[in-house]
Amino acid sequence: MNIRNSKISILGSKGFRTYAVVLVYIVLMGVFMITAPRAFLDYKIYMAFLSTIPFSLVMALGLTFVIIAGEIDLSFTSVMAFSGFIFTYTFIHTGSTILAFIASLTSGAIAGFINGIIVAKVKVPSIIATLGTQFFWAGLAVVLSSGRSLIVTEIRPSFMYKIFVGRIGGIVPAQAAWAFGLAIILGFILNKHRFGESVMFIGDNRDTAKMMGVNVDRTLIQIFMLSGVLAAFASVLLACEMVTWWATQGPGYLLITIAAVFIGGTSIYGGEGTIFGTVVGAFIVGSITAGITASGVGGFWTQLVVGLVLLVAVFINTFISRRRT
Amino acid sequence: MMNNSKNLVEMKNIHKCFGKVIALKDVNFQVGNNEIVGLIGDNGAGKSTLIKILSGVFPQTSGEIYIRGKKISTRRYSVRKAHEMDIETVYQEKALGEKQSLWRNIFIGRQICNFFGFINIKKEKEETDKVMKELIGFRGAGVSAESCVGRLSGGERQGIAIGRAMYFNANLIILDEPTAALSSKEVAKVLNFIRRIKESGRSCIYITHHISDTYSVSDRFVFIDRGEIIGEYKKSEISLEELTEKLLLVSAGDLGKEMINEHQKQ
Repeated sequence: MNIRNSKISILGSKGFRTYAVVLVYIVLMGVFMITAPRAFLDYKIYMAFLSTIPFSLVMALGLTFVIIAGEIDLSFTSVMAFSGFIFTYTFIHTGSTILAFIASLTSGAIAGFINGIIVAKVKVPSIIATLGTQFFWAGLAVVLSSGRSLIVTEIRPSFMYKIFVGRIGGIVPAQAAWAFGLAIILGFILNKHRFGESVMFIGDNRDTAKMMGVNVDRTLIQIFMLSGVLAAFASVLLACEMVTWWATQGPGYLLITIAAVFIGGTSIYGGEGTIFGTVVGAFIVGSITAGITASGVGGFWTQLVVGLVLLVAVFINTFISRRRT
Repeated sequence: MMNNSKNLVEMKNIHKCFGKVIALKDVNFQVGNNEIVGLIGDNGAGKSTLIKILSGVFPQTSGEIYIRGKKISTRRYSVRKAHEMDIETVYQEKALGEKQSLWRNIFIGRQICNFFGFINIKKEKEETDKVMKELIGFRGAGVSAESCVGRLSGGERQGIAIGRAMYFNANLIILDEPTAALSSKEVAKVLNFIRRIKESGRSCIYITHHISDTYSVSDRFVFIDRGEIIGEYKKSEISLEELTEKLLLVSAGDLGKEMINEHQKQ
């Protein structure tokens, strides 16, 4: 029995998976430091990462809960587009950042609630349900904005602009602090809160969860609402950073965000995953673009490398799961 | 006859139909205090239907259920109500979350939480250790509160599920074919867990179609076939051989009965 357990604890623990993803990141950074020393030995590129990665990271945090529960959300980037529209539109027409912020988060929560109802109550598989709502919210954003972009340069002097996307000490982007803060809170919720435990059991075995008194439907709705609210929050950060909103801001984030969660070691089969892994995964995906461009091999390589890293990560995870059983 | 309070559970004249199919016909079934009842029958005999009615999964078509002498309202009865009445059912599969640690499995749905819903992990782990050592007697090395269910053997899993039911003070623990997928060594473990249920003063319904397993632990045997109770025997009244013959008669069906009759004639 001892032998059985010790063997597994090396190969199969969540710890190993976490080390693997950190190792991948270190290797990647090492390669970039060799191939593009001028860029990667300068702190400025890391500050650039801290300014751009938080948008997908914030959404990846919500998506981690969705995937651990054994579901998928394809609509969060469209929710981001829609909630970003609500934010900029409300700000332009009322001049109030607080009102715009509340309206935006509310729209994200409503979008998530609708996803949750379709999946939990109507029992439509989430991949189809959220594909539908993806088109719906993106379409609604285009229709409401008549396809035009909204510019909100007036937001710059506001207090909200400073706390969301200002530079801490003139250097560190504030959105990174928000993303890390959220990651820490959500990490605690996943591991130490009743809600997080319900999420893991739902993804592990829905019947078990139900039999042990977990309110599966309500938890699923909450998970999708979390994803929606985080997408809305990401849209607020992005609108502040860019001082512009346009309808097609979101879609570019879809695949890299999903990739970040899987590279971070969250199981495709549900039931397990870590917030820490997702944070590192988001940094891996976010660094590849900049790294490749700076290395001088040309932007054409970006997708190819992200694809390779994703395949390697999923391969490692599947291998670990198989060894364990 | 008045309801005697000796019985923990009393099911009277239970009928259950699924559409036109009659699953249970006029079934009377009792479980006494601190009694282990072996519910024996072939697949499709109606064991699971009877148990699901008692666990609140679905209601009976007609008939009455008394728990501790109190009549249960059919309409208001549910799985949750059954839990409140200290009745827990351990299903053969799906009792535990594979990828989760033991302590999470013991407390899922009933966590020890603070006001904000954050789990007292330290306390839950300590309690899990207690469940393992004191309630079900897990003495083997290598399994701790932190262990993942995926690493446990089938018997160990049954043990954890039974331990969980005991920890939450279930007075009646229903085991749905707990040994169906186990090796003989593992079966012995599960039988030990059932002895612990008896020792701790609780009752148990043990559903099976392997008589030899149940014989040593059960106080009484109830045979069910095609939706009807066809025999009840106290352990003192019947030997294992006689019991096995009875089951053979049941499971062999009409053809088997003829063959045995002919054999006896010769």
